[in-house]
Amino acid sequence: MTENPFGHHISKQFDTELEDMRNRVLTMGGLVEQQIAQALQALIQGDSALAEQVIERDREVNTLEVAIDEGCTQILARRQPAAGDLRLVVAVIKTITDLERIGDQAEKVARMGLRLAEQERPKTQLMEIQHLGERVQRMLHHTLDAFARLDPEAAFEVTQEDEKIDYLYEGILRQVVTFMMEDPRAIRRSLDVIWAVRALERIGDHAKNICEYVIYLVKGKDVRHIGPEQVKQAVLGER
Amino acid sequence: MPTPTHGFDPAALLQATRDPAAEETCLEVQHLNLFYGEKQALRDISFTIPRRRVTAFIGPSGCGKSTLLRCFNRMNDLVDGVRIEGRILLDGEDIYDRSVNVVELRRRVGMVFQKPNPFPKSIYENVAYGLRIQGVRKRHVLDETVEKALRRAALWDEVKDRLHDNALGLSGGQQQRLVIARAIAVEPEVLLLDEPASALDPISTLKIEELITELKDRYTIVIVTHNMQQAARVSDYTAFLYMGELIEYGDTNTLFTNPARKQTEDYITGRYG
Repeated sequence: MTENPFGHHISKQFDTELEDMRNRVLTMGGLVEQQIAQALQALIQGDSALAEQVIERDREVNTLEVAIDEGCTQILARRQPAAGDLRLVVAVIKTITDLERIGDQAEKVARMGLRLAEQERPKTQLMEIQHLGERVQRMLHHTLDAFARLDPEAAFEVTQEDEKIDYLYEGILRQVVTFMMEDPRAIRRSLDVIWAVRALERIGDHAKNICEYVIYLVKGKDVRHIGPEQVKQAVLGER
Repeated sequence: MPTPTHGFDPAALLQATRDPAAEETCLEVQHLNLFYGEKQALRDISFTIPRRRVTAFIGPSGCGKSTLLRCFNRMNDLVDGVRIEGRILLDGEDIYDRSVNVVELRRRVGMVFQKPNPFPKSIYENVAYGLRIQGVRKRHVLDETVEKALRRAALWDEVKDRLHDNALGLSGGQQQRLVIARAIAVEPEVLLLDEPASALDPISTLKIEELITELKDRYTIVIVTHNMQQAARVSDYTAFLYMGELIEYGDTNTLFTNPARKQTEDYITGRYG
């Protein structure tokens, strides 16, 4: 993107502050994406060292959240942003909360990876977990893309993904429950698997939230807690 | 288990967008055009100002907001070469009709200017001035009205012990509240405020803003301000004018969070003007 969508203020410094804030959100998003990818890899391959690294790096995610939050507070106090600028700041404050929680979920996946690495490998479920994980990664990637391009239509498309992820999650859950019934010795391992897939499923929910903030930011309409048809209308309708 | 009845509707917490047309109308502007000689200062302006609400006019210098404000009590009549087309209705009656008594109109539509302009008289006489012109002579009526006006203007406690001191000895913020007291002593319906706080320090400004909020229970208030945050703080409705045109008018909350027009957004976010 060449043109700064938040530009053209009389105060060039304000342009810079808003652009800088957006870039930091994208940096945080990139870091969180990488955390998920590595946590998943650690879990699937039983790579303890990589899992440890993911757990360690969650601190960086947290630090970024605090820093961006502080930047937002300063902009609110010093610039009294209005209209689109105000919605950007509000959307960023909410987005980073969800990104931070996605980071926590990635850390959880990594922790389950560590525990599963010590146990007998659950051969059958790994494929499904990987499938779910990749889907979640793709969803988050598209979410950040919609945020970067301020594209409410793309954001709406991504929110639709969440349902498919929930469906996959339910499928794995049923399968794991069957395994537990067949072999009670597998219960401990199965529970760890459940924690991990639950974390992945939660990431989908957080990504969906971020998409809703993108729609709010661009369209000025709050689309939380309403049906998909209404969301679609809000996205396609004139401002 | 019975459902607990907490007796409140969560949906009611969500603020609905307010529509000036849905309120009781105080002033109605119909296709107003104003020319200073050859130059057109207002272009086909139509909208309504609701009763007992605060309506703010914002826009860059020279956009016509003060000119529009001055139309409401016919202050523009005093300017040479002014031509006005269209109508302005106060309580349904055209204020530009031949039969209108302009002095009486200006009693009903009071005005306060940017620079406090008390008369070089005592505090008491400043407030009593309008009543004396109306021929009120009775001491107790004057006393009561002066006290009531000063109380409503949130100035009474500061001046009650020196009512007969010269008004020019008051601070700028106090002088401005005194001028407001003078305007409301004659029981107007509408108060026009033209940049009422721009010559004041921040604390005096906040006192004037607080006063505006208190006064709207009784009066219809129209305020012109360069300070957008001030408009956002005090007004119920905001009109954005640009180059003599009314670009956008509506609920202040909506206008400052999600304006409908790009020009409005550019102005309130500091992109031009």
